[in-house]
Amino acid sequence: MSEKGQVLTANRLRDGEVVFLTRAGTWSENIDEAALAIEKEAAAGLEAQGAKAVAATLVTGAYLFDAERKDGHVRALHIRERIRTLGPTVRMDLGKQAEGTAGAFAALD
Amino acid sequence: MYRYDEFDHRFVAERVSQFRDQAARRLSGELTEEEFRPLRLMNGLYLQLHAYMLRVAIPYGTLNGKQMDRLAYIAEKYDRGYGHFTTRQNIQYNWIKLEDTAEILEKLAEVEMHAIQTSGNCIRNVTTDQWAGAAADELADPRPVGELLRQWSSLHPEFSYLPRKFKIAVTGSPHDRAAVRVHDIGLRMHLNDKGERGWEVIVGGGLGRTPFVGVTVRDFLPEAELRAYLEAIMRVYNLYGRRDNKYKARVKILVHELGKEEFQRQVEAEYARKPATNVELDVAELQRIETYFAAPAYEELPKFSTGFENARIQDKEFAQWVKVNVAHHKQQGYAIVNISLKPEGGIPGDATAEQMRVVADLGRRFSFDEIRVSHAQNLVLPHVKRDDLYTVYIALKAHNLASGNIGLAGDIIACPGLDYCALATARSIPIAQGISRRFADVKRQEEIGPLKINISGCINACGHHHVGHIGILGLDKKGEEYYQITLGGSSSDDAAIGSILGPGFAADEVADAIEKILDTYLGLRTGPEETFLLAYRRVGEKPFKEALYANH
Ligand code: SF4
Repeated sequence: MSEKGQVLTANRLRDGEVVFLTRAGTWSENIDEAALAIEKEAAAGLEAQGAKAVAATLVTGAYLFDAERKDGHVRALHIRERIRTLGPTVRMDLGKQAEGTAGAFAALD
Repeated sequence: MYRYDEFDHRFVAERVSQFRDQAARRLSGELTEEEFRPLRLMNGLYLQLHAYMLRVAIPYGTLNGKQMDRLAYIAEKYDRGYGHFTTRQNIQYNWIKLEDTAEILEKLAEVEMHAIQTSGNCIRNVTTDQWAGAAADELADPRPVGELLRQWSSLHPEFSYLPRKFKIAVTGSPHDRAAVRVHDIGLRMHLNDKGERGWEVIVGGGLGRTPFVGVTVRDFLPEAELRAYLEAIMRVYNLYGRRDNKYKARVKILVHELGKEEFQRQVEAEYARKPATNVELDVAELQRIETYFAAPAYEELPKFSTGFENARIQDKEFAQWVKVNVAHHKQQGYAIVNISLKPEGGIPGDATAEQMRVVADLGRRFSFDEIRVSHAQNLVLPHVKRDDLYTVYIALKAHNLASGNIGLAGDIIACPGLDYCALATARSIPIAQGISRRFADVKRQEEIGPLKINISGCINACGHHHVGHIGILGLDKKGEEYYQITLGGSSSDDAAIGSILGPGFAADEVADAIEKILDTYLGLRTGPEETFLLAYRRVGEKPFKEALYANH
């Protein structure tokens, strides 16, 4: 079973870390904690929250991407976003995959 | 090496303090991202997939041990212990924090380095032959001219907001190792009958979305007129280069839309006005700069080095490495050592902080404290005594720096691609790794002979795939990575843009496809002296197409 929707992502301003907007309105480094907006209105809501966080200089470059929830985990539909939830596929010792904040799906899953 | 004068020091220090202030204002919210973005880009700071990326300039690819040590220090202290040497002879760090950047720039300034003009629509870091000042075939060292152009183009008020970025390459050798025909401006030194230096001026080359080989607008421009003439070119470009469409804004589009004759006519007309010529000043300045690039104090050495010859007989691997990685030096008894940053299955151009320190140390001990970065993403120790080659080799080998594959199938040029780059459409590094593993056997690489494989992760072509003998371009087809192969490109004297062979391949099919291409080549070449490129030019794409697509 999977639900499809959209996740709002950005880079944290001070260090560039990839983050995802959660349901609580905070930013998490782990995509599994991201809010998945199923409806268009919900996605617009995430975008509005993102714009606020951008204005508050917490994050920069916020945008929505397509994702699905599968077995309790969130999977980005495009490989680019999956790589962002993990780190470089050629350096498994670096990035979220090495820091315990990785998404559950491999880049090529 | 060029040393900063008072002006350079002050200018770079001012830049650091300006950036410190700008970053603080961004972090406090005083500046928006739209306001800050051009400021950070002017200082080489990008936002990439996983973090900020800082691109540090290494003018004409030359640096000393202290500078390399500092690059290692930055890799360790502010990044994840490594850096990536690029096809622009620069270094990039992939995990930089905005809040650290001003401090990093300060640390760079302490060793006369910076990240200025490594991005943005300005004249970028001037690149050159990585063997400049050392190559046996060189007419003269092109770096003084590189430095003259660096000084001229740094913060030039008229050329800081060009229609698009602008890249210049210079070479002082008849054998082009600086890819001068595929730059916005390429300069190639010639000597006239009297032994005077002049420069062939090539304009409008470039890769990216619309690749072109440049056209020669002057065959022999007297050296003293170089800056003034380039100024005329820049003026014509600045005036007529398109600003409405960034894909049509490079000078190559202008040159090819106007046609060579009309472009040339406009440049000559502008040049005839002599708006900024002060030739005497240039000549004096060039002479001043040349003293910084004076040849090191070579020893008088015999042609034959017994130690070297003995080592070559005793250690076959060393002999093999020498054959492939060591080049002729202009000074008897010396050699040029090329350090491959392409170990089997490695990431092209990446070096750890420890490896940087090893190279810094070897440079200090054995190469007059000089190191070079090549546009093929390798390093060079330009002036090593033949007597010292074995010691250098052993030290390199201990740090996984002795891959003997320079100029062969394993010496793959690859951009960071989708593993790091925000603009990428597909990954490049894993493709490079796959091919590198497939052709790991040095004997096989040698049998295939000189080969340039270039990989880019998107149409921007930072991996110069158009000029690879075999070029690979990563694209996105409905969310899947796939790879287009081009054949017959070259960035050297016989510069050419490769042609697309046919439909693309999935990531896991690329190494097989390359192998088929090379097997086909081995089957049809007239002999080992007919390189892949020559054979391709003789037979065309047909046999390769048949081999690749016969069963499709
Ligand atoms: S070619 Fe494309 S993917 Fe590669 S570094 Fe350049 S912009 Fe990034």
